[in-house]
Amino acid sequence: MLIQPRHDGFIHPVPSEITPAAGYHGRRELLRLLAAGAAGAALAGWAARDAFAQVPRPGKLAPLAAARSGVGGAATMEKPTDYKDATSYNNFYEFGTDKDDPARNAHTLRTTPWTVEVEGLVKKPARYALDDLLKLGAQEERIYRLRCVEGWSMVIPWVGYSLSRLIEKVEPQGGAKFVEFVTLADPKTMPNVGSRVLAWPYVEGLRMDEAMHPLTLLAFGMYGEVLPNQNGAPVRLVVPWKYGFKSAKSLVKIRFTDHEPKTAWNKAAANEYGFYSNVNPLVDHPRWSQATERRIGEDGLFAKKRKTLMFNGYEQQVGQLYAGMDLKKNY
Amino acid sequence: MPAGRVLLHPLAKPAVFLASLMPLAWLVWGAAADRLGANPAEYLERSLGVWTLRFLCLTLAVTPLRVVTGTPTLARLRRMLGLFVYFYAVLHLLAYAWFDMGLDPGDIARDIPKRPFVLVGFTAFLLLTPLAATSFNRAVKALGARRWQALHRLVYVVAGLAILHFFWMRAGKNDFAEVALYAAILGVLLGWRVVQAVRKRRSPGRAAARRA
Repeated sequence: MLIQPRHDGFIHPVPSEITPAAGYHGRRELLRLLAAGAAGAALAGWAARDAFAQVPRPGKLAPLAAARSGVGGAATMEKPTDYKDATSYNNFYEFGTDKDDPARNAHTLRTTPWTVEVEGLVKKPARYALDDLLKLGAQEERIYRLRCVEGWSMVIPWVGYSLSRLIEKVEPQGGAKFVEFVTLADPKTMPNVGSRVLAWPYVEGLRMDEAMHPLTLLAFGMYGEVLPNQNGAPVRLVVPWKYGFKSAKSLVKIRFTDHEPKTAWNKAAANEYGFYSNVNPLVDHPRWSQATERRIGEDGLFAKKRKTLMFNGYEQQVGQLYAGMDLKKNY
Repeated sequence: MPAGRVLLHPLAKPAVFLASLMPLAWLVWGAAADRLGANPAEYLERSLGVWTLRFLCLTLAVTPLRVVTGTPTLARLRRMLGLFVYFYAVLHLLAYAWFDMGLDPGDIARDIPKRPFVLVGFTAFLLLTPLAATSFNRAVKALGARRWQALHRLVYVVAGLAILHFFWMRAGKNDFAEVALYAAILGVLLGWRVVQAVRKRRSPGRAAARRA
């Protein structure tokens, strides 16, 4: 059977782009060693490594071991963004509105001790210390595309487990239809809390079926290490098919409700940021097009911007959540 | 007056010319050396916009400074600085068209009317074009001083549009500190002209004597 490349959904680059040169040179070296009968100890390392995540650790923070994820769509073949770019160019308004502000200012964030309160319409409300939350599920590496509403994108290897693990544990009541995520707002350690840009604390929300989707990640790390402060330490949400701002950082409260939560950006500009905020190249932001994006660190200055994919390329996994919904109205 | 004398030196203009190219040189070096952060396209685009605004402020500061400090030789720099406004505006537009739009005329034509802040910026650029095109001496002669001056008053409209463009662009983040700074500078420079015009109308003789 002839397998045709699909031009409608996933766009995978050629394998030589997926595997960094160092990687396949390494494999060739291994084969050479094998052929020479000299593999020995080298092979032991290779075998041990195989069960674990693939993206090399930057060696900046404490390691957070993770196995490769078996969840569908959880490991894009695209090249991960440089750790330096992913940790120095992002939005975290509590530390300032410029994209280099979080990296500059977030060193003041205190992540120990840290607790996450689970409350609202659940049978087992609880107050989790971070260590207990970490052990609730097996840590997996999830290599997700991240599409910012501003028109840029990255590929980030997160470490965490499906939020559904926690949700099942606390047993939502029948009336629970939405999940609200409340993040830290500490004016003592976050210099921009108190500015009038947004209402604090920063609040995000998901519909229950979105929160239960296996791709929805409770993340504790990235690039095989614990989260850097500027990326939402010590625990954050990652929803890869929605614009980045839906993935709330530095979570302190997870609340189950019967009504749609009032989210921070929706409160600030309802005509620009809807509750759903699914990545959708067909629905423009009122002030700019969402049809294309710039992949940070990948696309050269003069390269044409790449096409944004429906649901950020996760249509196969999440499309059915929105069957029959008018996505232009529910932006 | 020593400051005025310096401006008469044959190297004064070339020095200002080279200094005005320094921002561009710095950006080109930064791009080549990969020193512009994770999103160099965005950095270049925004920096070129800010430098356009800075040169606009400098250009509009020439006449007030000349009159207030009594340094007539400052007028020698006005045209060059004005042309640098246009130079950086062209680069700013080119960066947008190339980095954001991939130089696709259809995409650009669709994008400009769709986004009010882009439309405002583009209008400011269009209004600057006849000013740049009539900057040389022969154009002044051909138009006549009065008509030439009337045409070049468009720069005040451009200043307003430039601030609106910047304000709208920053509105998404409610971050207006920098916008307010440039608005204040341009407000002072334009306000000074209004005051001058009012005084001139009240006592034409005295104003004429002052200008002489």
